[in-house]
Formats: sequence, C-alpha cells, structure tokens
Amino acid sequence: MDLKHSAMKTKSNRTASWLMLGAVLSSVLIYFFPLWKITLYAPQYPQGIRMYIWINKITGDDAYTLQNINILNHYVGMKDIDPHAVPELYYFPYALAGIIFLGVIAWLIKKRWTYLSWAILYALSGAIAIYDFYLWEYDYGHHLDPKAPIKIPGMAYQPPLIGTKHLLNFTAISLPEWAAVFMLVSVVLGFVAYWCCRSSSDKQLADHHPNILTSSSQSRVLSHH
Amino acid sequence: MKPKIFPQQKQLIPLFCGIITIAGLLLSSCNSHSSGGQGAISAQEAAQQVYVAPGQYDEFYAFMSGGYNGQVSVYGLPSGRLFKIIPVFSQNPENGYGYSEETKPLLMTSYGFIPWDDAHHPELSQTDGIPDGRWLFINANNTPRVARIDLKTFETVETIEIPNSAGNHSSPFVTENTEYVVAGTRFSVPIPQKDVPIASYKQNFGGVLSFIKVAPSGDMDLAFQVMMPGFDYDLAHAGKGKSKDWVFFTCYNSEEAHTLLEVNASQRDKDFVAAINWKKAEEYVQQGKYHEFPGTYYDNRFDTSTQTAHSYVHQGVKVLIPSECPGLVYFIPAPKSPHGVDVDPSGNYIVANGKLSADLSVFSFDKIQQAIQQKQFDGEVNGIPVLKFDAVLAGVVKSGGLGPLHTEFDDKGNAYTTFFISSEVVKWKLGTWQVEDRQPTFYSPGHLMIPGGDSRKPWGKYLVALNKITKDRYLPTGPELCQSAQLFDISGDKMKLLLDFPTVGEPHFAQAIPASILMPRSDKIYQLASNHNPYVTRTEKDAKVVRKGKRVDVYMTEIRSHFVPDNIEGIYLGDTVYFHLTNIEQDWDAAHGFAVEGNRENAELLLMPGQTKTLKWVPVRVGVFPFYCTDFCSALHQEMQGYVRVSSPNDNVALTWSTGKE
Repeated sequence: MDLKHSAMKTKSNRTASWLMLGAVLSSVLIYFFPLWKITLYAPQYPQGIRMYIWINKITGDDAYTLQNINILNHYVGMKDIDPHAVPELYYFPYALAGIIFLGVIAWLIKKRWTYLSWAILYALSGAIAIYDFYLWEYDYGHHLDPKAPIKIPGMAYQPPLIGTKHLLNFTAISLPEWAAVFMLVSVVLGFVAYWCCRSSSDKQLADHHPNILTSSSQSRVLSHH
Repeated sequence: MKPKIFPQQKQLIPLFCGIITIAGLLLSSCNSHSSGGQGAISAQEAAQQVYVAPGQYDEFYAFMSGGYNGQVSVYGLPSGRLFKIIPVFSQNPENGYGYSEETKPLLMTSYGFIPWDDAHHPELSQTDGIPDGRWLFINANNTPRVARIDLKTFETVETIEIPNSAGNHSSPFVTENTEYVVAGTRFSVPIPQKDVPIASYKQNFGGVLSFIKVAPSGDMDLAFQVMMPGFDYDLAHAGKGKSKDWVFFTCYNSEEAHTLLEVNASQRDKDFVAAINWKKAEEYVQQGKYHEFPGTYYDNRFDTSTQTAHSYVHQGVKVLIPSECPGLVYFIPAPKSPHGVDVDPSGNYIVANGKLSADLSVFSFDKIQQAIQQKQFDGEVNGIPVLKFDAVLAGVVKSGGLGPLHTEFDDKGNAYTTFFISSEVVKWKLGTWQVEDRQPTFYSPGHLMIPGGDSRKPWGKYLVALNKITKDRYLPTGPELCQSAQLFDISGDKMKLLLDFPTVGEPHFAQAIPASILMPRSDKIYQLASNHNPYVTRTEKDAKVVRKGKRVDVYMTEIRSHFVPDNIEGIYLGDTVYFHLTNIEQDWDAAHGFAVEGNRENAELLLMPGQTKTLKWVPVRVGVFPFYCTDFCSALHQEMQGYVRVSSPNDNVALTWSTGKE
C-alpha cells in the first residue's frame, strides 16, 4: 500500500470533516442573526425604517417599527404584517433544527454521500424558503383592501426580493442579512466537504490498486506537489 | 493755452452730483456702521458664522426665559432659530398645558389656580459646577414659585411654591452639584403675612431667602429659609470650587423704603451682597436651631409614569434667624444698588454689578474668608456682621460705561458685563480689571449669556446680549415691539456682532449648553407600555365610554387617521364629559390633537405618541357636535373627525360608541 497516498487520503478526509463541522456550526448561527432586511425610505422617514426577517420572527429598528409600517401600509390597503399570521416563522426553526441534526449525522458518518445529500437537501430547502418569502411579498403587495383610502389603478406594492424598487413615495431596498450569509456558507461548506472527502470507492480502489490515482484524489495529489 | 481753473458751468453739474453721491455714501456707511456695530467683520463673514445649512444642527441649545409670558423659549445657536416654547407658569392653548386635567395641578398654589406668572431666570442643573443637561429650573416672580423642566421631554415636571416670599426674583440659582436651588425674595413683606400699616415697614417687614433641596430624582423640597432684614433681594449666584459652600445674594433698598423706591431706595452709597454659608445652614437645621414658621405652600409634581401632575400641600417651614446662627450670613457692602452678582469660573471672584454706578466692584473669596477670620467688621445689621469693604475688595473695573447689570465669563479669564444705560457689552480681564473691548448693543441689554458662562466651564465661543428695547431694529409691528437677542462671537480678542434675532416675551436671563450633551438625551416618544395614566387606552379594543351619574368618561384612542370611538351618543345636557385621549402611535413626531366644539373653559389637547391627556367638556346645547384632530397628522388628517350627540335630559338615548359602524 502506498503509505503516502493513504496519509493524504486521511488528511483530506479530516479536512472534509472539519468543513462539515464548520457547515453545521455556521447553520447554528442562523438563529442569532436576521436573514433578510427590508429598508424603506420616504420623505417623512429620512433615516429610513428597517424591517428584519429572522428564521422565527420579524423585527424592526425598535419595538414599534412593524406597527409604524402597518400604519403607512394601510393607506394603500395592504394587510397588516403580523408575525403571528406567518406559520413559517413557527416551523422554519424546527426545519432548520432538522437540517442541523442531519448535518451532525452526516458529520458523524463522514461519508462523501452524506455530505453531498445534506448539501443538496439544504440548498433545496434554502431555495424553497426564498421562494416562500417571495410568495409572501407577492401576497402583501397584491392582495389589497378594495376599500383602501388610496387606490392607484394597476399599482402593486410588492417589495423586491433583492435590490431596490420605488413604490409611490417609498424606496424599498431588500437585501440578505448575516443569517442568509451563514446559510450560504453552510451549503457551500457542505459541497466543499463532499468534494474534499475521498469516497469509499476511492478507498477500495486505492487499497487494491495502489498505483492508480482516482479522479478525486489525483488533482489533490497534483496540487500537493 | 491757459489752463482753466474753474470748470465751466456745464461741467459743474456732474461734479456737484458727484459730491452729493460721495457725501451720501459716507453718510450711509456711517449709518450702517453705527446701527450694525459690526466693527471689522463683514456681513458675509457674520452670515457664514451663523448660517446653519438646511438639515444641519446648531451647536448649542439656548434656553431663554419668556418673562411675562411665563414660558421658556428654546433656541439654537448660532442660528437664532426658535425650536420650541415650553409652557411653565402660564396656560398654553397651543398644546393644552394648564388646560388638560393632567397638567392643571402644575399651576396650583395656596391662592388657588394661577394661570400666569413672570418667569425670569432659567438655570441648568449642574454637576461639579458644570451644566449637566438633566433639568432646567426657572423662577416665577409674581406668585413665588420655582419650576423644574425635564430636559428629556422638555416639559415642566414640577412647580413648588415659596411661602413667606414675595417677588421671587433672586432665584433659581443652583449650588455646585444642584444640592439646592435658591429663591430669595425681591419684596419684603410681613412674615408671617398679617394686616399691618404699610408705613410700619421697618418694624414688621422682613425678607426670606429660601433653600430648596433637590433630590437625585429631581424632586424639590423646601428645606429651610433664612430670615433677613427687610431689604429687596435682587439676584444670586452660588459659589463654585473653593466657594462652593456659599451663595451670594445682592440686595437693594437697604434704606427700607416702602414708597417711591425709585428715589428712596437709591439714597445710600452702598447696599449689600449677602454671603450665606449653606453648609453651615444645614448644620444649624440639623442641630434644630430653626423656628417653625407657618406658611402653606403647594408642591406640584408631574408623575412621568401616570403622566399626571398631583398637588401636595405642605404646612410650615424651618426658618433660621442669622443673629442666632453665627457664621451663617455676612454682608459685603456693595456700591449703588447692586443688581447681578456673578461668580467667576474659579470661584474666587464675586462681581457686584452696581446698577446706578459706572464701576464694578469685584470681591475676593479668599479675602472674604480672611476678613471673617480676622473679624474685620464694620458693624452689623440685625446681627449680621458687615465685612469691611476695603478688606474684601479685589478690584474695581473702571468701565467708562453706566448701569452695569450682569456679568458672565469665558474660559480665557475674561468677564463680560452688560451696561443698560450706556447700552453696551464691556469685556474686561479678571485680575487686571482692565477693559479690553466694548461693543454697543441695540438697545439696553439686561442679562447676557455665554454658554456655561456662570458655571465652572464656560464654552466661551458666543455671547448673547438680551436687549430690552429694539426701537428701529426690526420692521415695526405697531406700538408693541419685540425684544431682541444679539449674538456676538467672543472667540477672538474683540467681540464681533454676528446676528440680531427677536425673542418671545421678555427674556431676562438665558442658559445654553452644547447640543452634544442634550441631543442624545432627548426622548422621541412616550412609551405606551409604560404609560400608567389611570385613563390610558392602549388599544382600540379598550376604547369605551363610561357613565357615572352625570360624569361621562370617554376612553378614546388616536392613530393615523381616526379616533376610536368616533361616534358617541347618549350624552345629556347637564353632563360633564371627560375626553381621555391616548395617542397610540409609537412613531417619532406622529402627533395628534383633539378639539371639540363649544368648549368654554378649555383649549385643545396636543398629544405626542404614547401620551394620555384629558379634556373636560361641559356641553351647553342640544345637538350633534363635531370633534377633530387639530394637528395635521397625516394624508387623511382632514378625515380624522367624529361626532358626539348631546340630547335633552327628557329624551331617552342609549349610551353607544363606535368607529366604522355603518
């Protein structure tokens, strides 16, 4: 057996394990930071009003931001933003806990496929969450009270998913926040862990044919030299 | 060809015109010089110094008393822009102060409800002799009171009445750590009050100097009074640094005249500065060496939690008699009816501004202490030792002006004194007593103010002269003209006049403090969650109307852009209706008002976010009466209205209330 090859393999697997642990810990941080931020500017709000979307809550600059945004929104007939009416804020924290749990399992198993499956599952979940967020924005922006004091034909008030949009007197800026970054980091680390980890088939191949470099180990050996 | 000595007639005409033009230019430049008084500074330079660009902030907050309007005006310096008027001793229809049930108690006195007073001297609270931005105190001259304004909300939160006092003028000056606010009487009166002939002044009249203890919370309590001879106690200032245990009061009318004081109180060559050791006074009070004097007085406190003021009535006051308390009071002879008494930042120099003289007498605290130790006395008055004038005099400022009233200080060892009669501000040097500069004012300044200029730490960049007379300075407004402030740049060797701006009422004294100290303390809203007014309505669901006999309580909310309830029926003629409004907004600057037709006694209410206020309304006619929001609150402000139906007691209309019910 090629001892050098074997040592390399162990080393890269250990790296993958660390990366996976990093991915899991990064996911834990999601609970402590907002995912998304929507900032509204208007002539009467020169300093802006900021609304933060977390995994489990919606907050603002202060305890009254949501109330103040709702007061403004009611003129055009938008529904109140009421965090209690958004069920996602209840089950998303559990969904994330599930993903973190699976991440820990994947980390314990330390197999390529566990890393890959986890990363794919996570990426899909993230994409669904963002789509869900978009649906909520659409709902708030389009389903307007027909008795609203201010009605502008053809006007919808859906804030942008990412970027800037002008809505009457408001400029709305929507951008990911730290927790979204941690989520992205987790997914990327999961994929990188998969990429780093030498597969069991690689291992068998290497055991039986010590002179053959597998595709995944080859590049690393080359880069190592 | 012979040169022409005399030009021909044709050429004379333009020459003549030229001379007229030059003369005119000279005249006009003289004119603008004398009325501008700007010395070397150009209008552009001055404009640049006072121009605060749109959206930018001023460097200082200035608080100016409103004199006979009983209020305090808040200005920005250097721009001279008016930000706010804080009602203190006067009802203010603009925001319902003194009209709302919550604020009426602040105007209560032992005489009953008094809706007006004459507010003279604002004084910032101090820590270590430096303005700290917690509170502003101000005196009521007419019915003796002292008020405290909270500088988080810029609202009056306490007024305390001073018994046995009359004309609370030498007030409300604070000691170095705001341990006490002092309140000396301008008019001497019989103590306790009694029915005696006015001509028995010398036998029956006395003057009290009051010491109000300020708790760390700001709450004021009348601690003790010092019974002084029947003079007029004019102004005061506490010592600082080494003199921090002392308070100095000027007095005039040591002649004890009771009529035509103009003449009769101006006869003696010298009156006095009274130096009172308040630490000693505390000791004497602790030892029980005081007399219980009768005297009813009100202490009205605004409870920030309930947003409601309550009146507390007190009886009796501890009075110290100087002849029984050695070391408590000394008189320093001071020339010619001294007005202001001002202590320099070091605490060593005490300036007596002898208002009928040309000169200023400056006393040394060290010399005063020495004279007391060596008993260098010049007799005594009512058991109060009079210190030898020469023994305590540090220097005389030969000003060349006339009628010195007040002195403030910068941070470079200079003093600045207003001269009412010669209408000028004179800058002089502490220690050398030499005049360094003088600038005319327009016209007749009373007080002057340098930010922190009566504290241990003057911010000596600007000086504001507060002028009593304006005559031709502004566009005329009929016979009644505004009074005015004049801003000088005092950062250089010479004072430079930068700006005139009109003031509200008659500002006597003023105080200023860097915006950097005050601005971060300023509240944006009242927290609805911590509003414990008994009549608060926190949510629209809690809105209701409750009848108890002939009293109807309406618990009403305001939010952009509606009232809950906005339709009320079942009110009868003969009822007294209390509208308890709560502004349930929690957004900065989202104010609402409330007014109802035919309200005979009361004004409107103006409510800031999270506030609860109550308006009493006694309907006098049967009918349906509108009420509405008086503050243009939002795009649908005009729609923010409602109706209250008033029925005859003979009818039977059920008590109902609603909003949005068709």
